[in-house]
Amino acid sequence: MKRRIPLLAYSIASLVLFFGGWQAVVSAGLVSSFVLPSPIDVIDRTITMMIRPFAGALLWEHALSSIGRFLGGFGLAAAIGIPLGLMMGRFRLLEDIVTPLFEGYRYVAPLAWVPFAALWFGTGIGGAIMVIFTGAFAPCVINAYRGARLVDRHLIEAAQTHGASELRIGWEVLLPGALPSIVAGLRISAGLGWQSLIGAELIVVSSGIGYVMIQGQSNLSPETVVTSMLVIGLVGLAIDFGLRAAETAVRRKWEGQ
Amino acid sequence: MNRSTLTGAITVVVVFMLWWLLTSGTGLINPLRFPSPEGFASALGRIWSDGYAGGTLMEHIWQSLRLVLIGFLTAVVVGMPLGFLMGYDRRIEAFVNPIFLLLRPIPPLAWIPLAIVWFGLNDASKVFVIFVSAFVPSVINTYTGVRNVRKTLIEAARVHGATEARVISEVYLPDSAPMIFTGLRLSLQASWTTLVAAELVGAFLGLGRALQTAYRDVNTSMILVTMVAIAIAGAITTILLGHVEKRVIRWRATT
Repeated sequence: MKRRIPLLAYSIASLVLFFGGWQAVVSAGLVSSFVLPSPIDVIDRTITMMIRPFAGALLWEHALSSIGRFLGGFGLAAAIGIPLGLMMGRFRLLEDIVTPLFEGYRYVAPLAWVPFAALWFGTGIGGAIMVIFTGAFAPCVINAYRGARLVDRHLIEAAQTHGASELRIGWEVLLPGALPSIVAGLRISAGLGWQSLIGAELIVVSSGIGYVMIQGQSNLSPETVVTSMLVIGLVGLAIDFGLRAAETAVRRKWEGQ
Repeated sequence: MNRSTLTGAITVVVVFMLWWLLTSGTGLINPLRFPSPEGFASALGRIWSDGYAGGTLMEHIWQSLRLVLIGFLTAVVVGMPLGFLMGYDRRIEAFVNPIFLLLRPIPPLAWIPLAIVWFGLNDASKVFVIFVSAFVPSVINTYTGVRNVRKTLIEAARVHGATEARVISEVYLPDSAPMIFTGLRLSLQASWTTLVAAELVGAFLGLGRALQTAYRDVNTSMILVTMVAIAIAGAITTILLGHVEKRVIRWRATT
């Protein structure tokens, strides 16, 4: 058999080509640095924004204010969406009532809620939270509902014959049974919610990491824009990583039983 | 009519009556917060025949639909083959995946400011961000679909002397089609979200532009009209894609 090039070599080559090519194109002046900043420009800009405020705050302060809003909207979506989904899975009547409204809501792109969010709750924290909520709500409901439908009916009946209240059935039978599906839904929710927040900050909200991007864009500072993209990507990755860990933990516990 | 549809229909009627009651019926909700059905109807009439924010409703819809279709189709035409190659050949996977893992966490909406720096506020910047948002799900789902093609099927086809072209068209593609279509649906959804955001940030025509103008004018009736138009346009494209999916899968089943 022929000696083959290890796969890792391809991966390394790819990254070297990507960053090398990017830097080379800018250094050689093929594209203006007003259009595409080089990787070195971006690193330089990131360090500057860490120590000197831009658009009113340091880079990590902008990121923190975005994360705070995200947690607010995401928490609200989970707190309302999961019980609603579970109840839809438990009570047929509720499912029939909510379904047509929910289907209508689902087709509206989350960002289309921005004007109403701003009119109802202002362009500060409230409006942003509503936009994240509209982005993150649907997967919470859908996955809790699907999870609840998968719960063994005999378990519910057993709980009923032992005189458990609906609240206890929800808390001790439906929720644990649906948990793997719910956690998977939360991951999707978090991704959509984080993305919606960035959208809201680009359009109306005047702080946070999305706002920094818009400032960078209007100041003709593409390195600021790319730096913010990097931060947004990293925070998104961290959120996803945390929820993936939760997903694995839940799944392991369930399969272990 | 079964019980579920009946309950659903009753719900919709009740919601409409509540809407009327809370707005024009009792005036509990200020029209500056949420429009009444009459306000909605007159705003719809206005944008339909006289136009609003630089165009009539049909012109806005056509502009948005056009950009979504161009961006989405380009992403599919480039993304599906790339995803296929990544699933088919481990060396291509090893080469492309690192860059993909690097770019993937950046939400498509975060490309909007850079797109404006690159292309300005015209159609090209929108098509670019739609392309970016639709590209990722197209590639990933095609790639996953092809990776999960049952190895025994491939081996069986090869043992019987099928050419590689036949293995691809008769084993790889049919077996990964459902996953690929899931990716296309996600791509289409992402396309609309991104388009609306991009047009809200800055545009001269389109549903997002109409929405932004309505927001500036604090015209809640018009905000609701454009939101409904966005939902309907999105629903139509999703349904069309569903039909294409059915056709393709049926065609695959008969050949």
